[in-house]
Amino acid sequence: MILKYISVIILPAVFMLIIIYGWTKKVDIFSAFLIGAKDGLKTLFGILPALVGLIAAITMFRTSGALQFITGLLSPITKLMGIPAEIMPLALLRPVSGSGSLALVNDILTTAGPDSMVGRIASVIMGSTETTFYTLAVYYGSVNIRHSRHTVPAALLADVTGIIAGTFICLLFYH
Amino acid sequence: MMGYIWGGMIVIAFLFGFLTGDIESVAQSALDGAKNAVDMSMGLLGMMCFWSGLLEIAKQAGLTEKLAVCIRPLTKLLFPKLKADSPAVTAMVMNMTANFLGLSNAATPLGLAAMAELDKINPQKGRASDEMCIFVVINTASITLIPTTVITLRAATGSADPFGIIVPVWICSILALTVGVTAAKLLAGKTRRRL
Repeated sequence: MILKYISVIILPAVFMLIIIYGWTKKVDIFSAFLIGAKDGLKTLFGILPALVGLIAAITMFRTSGALQFITGLLSPITKLMGIPAEIMPLALLRPVSGSGSLALVNDILTTAGPDSMVGRIASVIMGSTETTFYTLAVYYGSVNIRHSRHTVPAALLADVTGIIAGTFICLLFYH
Repeated sequence: MMGYIWGGMIVIAFLFGFLTGDIESVAQSALDGAKNAVDMSMGLLGMMCFWSGLLEIAKQAGLTEKLAVCIRPLTKLLFPKLKADSPAVTAMVMNMTANFLGLSNAATPLGLAAMAELDKINPQKGRASDEMCIFVVINTASITLIPTTVITLRAATGSADPFGIIVPVWICSILALTVGVTAAKLLAGKTRRRL
């Protein structure tokens, strides 16, 4: 009950806080808003081509029955870990591609429904994990690090934790 | 890498369609998918603009610097070998704050600046230092105050409770971050090379 309240109140509260804080710091809030909104527009149109390519491919992949085939193959592993089979493709793609996993989450939310258990689990996983390999490549590439030592195992362990925790927290919250 | 995954999905979909004899619906689904991508983006567009606009106000008002002060004590725990006011720590704190607020456009340049600072004090060039490992792990498991994209996507797909996932997302990211950082700390000793 209280958790639901926090979830609902946080967004308007943050909106209000930012606006009031902007006022007290004498920021021209509306023109700042417009600059940022334009950035948001650019960001979205920047990823649109990737989304078109990926969502088309994922839809083909699902319609053909290939996705079901793969989730079927992976189901012994997912059963062992206690996560729904539909989540496994997302778990595999999440560390590799941000727009790819967004496309996959969109697919899960439209086919299973955003308020279904699978939909909620996919949402939580998407919200709490990052595109690990992209971050690794950009950050280490920028300073010419060739030997990343234990970064990959540690980062992947964090991802696996996110995926398993996301599943169990949802099962606990919304049974 | 993405080229193989993407191309592979299309080729496999075609082969499956061929085997099941229903190549027509596979072809149709390509058109549906492309259209769905635009619908989804339009669904995200409004909130994306609105939220980015508000974040720009927060940025101009200096909210990032303000929050950075709150994160600072954590850096002593994470990077005991670095001075709290060193340029590397300052850049890392700003990066974490930007990530927390969801300012991803600002977070990456700040993160790269932090990497450059960490590289200056890296005794073995080309090999990640302990601090770099922890910092990169933090960035691969960062905590965001409001996961706007997912919330908007949920609303766009007809959720009755789009915000309901916020608290589970927080719990989940804190757990992932804790495990990642702990693993980085523990593994550091195993991969360290004596000079």
